[in-house]
Amino acid sequence: MLFYIFAAVAILSGAYMVLTRNLLYAGFSLLLTLLSIAAIYVLLFADFVAVTQLMVYVGGVLVLILFGIMLSSRVHNKSVMSENTNVGWGISISLLTLIGLSYTIWRAGFSSLPWIQQADTNVLGGQKSTVQLIGIKLMTDFVLPFEIASLLLLIALMGAAYIATGKEKV
Amino acid sequence: MLAFLLTLMLLLGIVIVLAYAERKVAAFMQDRMGPTEAGPYGSLQSVLDVLKLLQKEDIVPAAADKKLFKLAPILIFAAVFAGFAVIPFTPDLIPAGIGIGVFYLLAIISLDVVGLLMAGWGSNNKYAMLGAMRSVAQIVSYEIPAGLAILSVVMICQSLDFQEISYQQGVLLNRFPGLEFEKNWLFGIEALGINTTNIGGITTWNIFRAPLLLVAFVIYFIATLAESNRAPFDIPEAESELVAGFHVEYSGFRFAILFLAEYSMMVLVSLVAVILFLGSWNTPLPNLTTLKLANWTTGTVGELSGILWGGFWLLSKTFVLLFLQLQIRWTYPRLRVDQLMHLCWKVLTPVALGIVLLAGIWRLLMV
Repeated sequence: MLFYIFAAVAILSGAYMVLTRNLLYAGFSLLLTLLSIAAIYVLLFADFVAVTQLMVYVGGVLVLILFGIMLSSRVHNKSVMSENTNVGWGISISLLTLIGLSYTIWRAGFSSLPWIQQADTNVLGGQKSTVQLIGIKLMTDFVLPFEIASLLLLIALMGAAYIATGKEKV
Repeated sequence: MLAFLLTLMLLLGIVIVLAYAERKVAAFMQDRMGPTEAGPYGSLQSVLDVLKLLQKEDIVPAAADKKLFKLAPILIFAAVFAGFAVIPFTPDLIPAGIGIGVFYLLAIISLDVVGLLMAGWGSNNKYAMLGAMRSVAQIVSYEIPAGLAILSVVMICQSLDFQEISYQQGVLLNRFPGLEFEKNWLFGIEALGINTTNIGGITTWNIFRAPLLLVAFVIYFIATLAESNRAPFDIPEAESELVAGFHVEYSGFRFAILFLAEYSMMVLVSLVAVILFLGSWNTPLPNLTTLKLANWTTGTVGELSGILWGGFWLLSKTFVLLFLQLQIRWTYPRLRVDQLMHLCWKVLTPVALGIVLLAGIWRLLMV
């Protein structure tokens, strides 16, 4: 029941985000979408992922987007509106993606997969959260991707610092 | 639902006391009397202020973005209030005891920032916009040293659960499920050979278990002053330049909510500071051989005495920190924006990073 409520909110706000012309409203409806997706993560016992999503997307990415829109808006005393470009390409690519996804989902036959049939609602067992498990996995099985991701972030940080540095005139 | 109502009532009570304290502390620091007319020593002043605000007309500016303008105060207060959900008030009273409470708190507070932007932009006012921009820039920057200071506590305690962190800092350590065989040592180091598990009191507080957390506590306190837009970090609300900051256009009930959210933020960050660094709901008095001060002032868990003592210690320590916040407001002049950023990025953040590293080493000594 809760799932359907949050899923409906996510879809509606997502649709509003795409359809509205006002960029700022799109930003705020993105907030609603991200929140309801975080709620769905909680329903799936993925508490850490849910909070990380809030932390990274709401606290970081969304604030940056809003900042960008607000600083650049009202230049000519009207709010920024989005425009339609590449209508044909956009529609065809999204349709193809939709068909591809539907076909994959239909072929997968989720209800007959063995691990879904054996799944237990008591996923966490004695554990209070998924954090310990995630930590152990990150430091053992997935240590290489983890380190590569951190390296990538470091490079991005250095790049940002370099771009932001004022060029000294010689 | 009961937890929601109880927390809300408690919060309203604290905020009213705090608003009164703010005026009285300010007055005494400036050698004035402060409010004296309403009630004995003016103690009904903030109650009457609230009643006055509720009666006022709710004005929505004609040129404002009406939907955003109306929604923003609700979002700001909801974000701050949601943070209270994971705060343990007594050994067995916590609205929602989730396992990743600390992380959740950090994340949910960032929703506040979106609300501030919404209020600033929705007001369609230069001052409100500038105030919101400054406020958000400040909160986002100061979240980093605050987060790093919290991270060092989490590394020492090995837990993201507020309640578990609370139990670790007192005589009830072994009562928490999963910690039955844990022991506290003086300064956290077993080699010193002084077992403080049954001594409790101030010797098991986090700032005592790992003395370098004292530095982390100072960093956290400074950073949260900035996060709740308190002086000396109040350039978002600088009266002399911006009138009132992002809430300049709000009136009546909506202003009351924004006011409440701002004071709730102060209460929340002080509560978190108490829980993470200053022993949570644990008593500061240690057990001294036959003088079982810690046991006497802890009460029995699950009974009324435990609830009363726990609540008393938590709230009294919180009020000490709140008093400190009020006092600092009338002691230090406002920082310029470049000094603000210098303090955050060149002083607090490097020191906090160093503390995180040292906390890791300390934790290795504690094992």
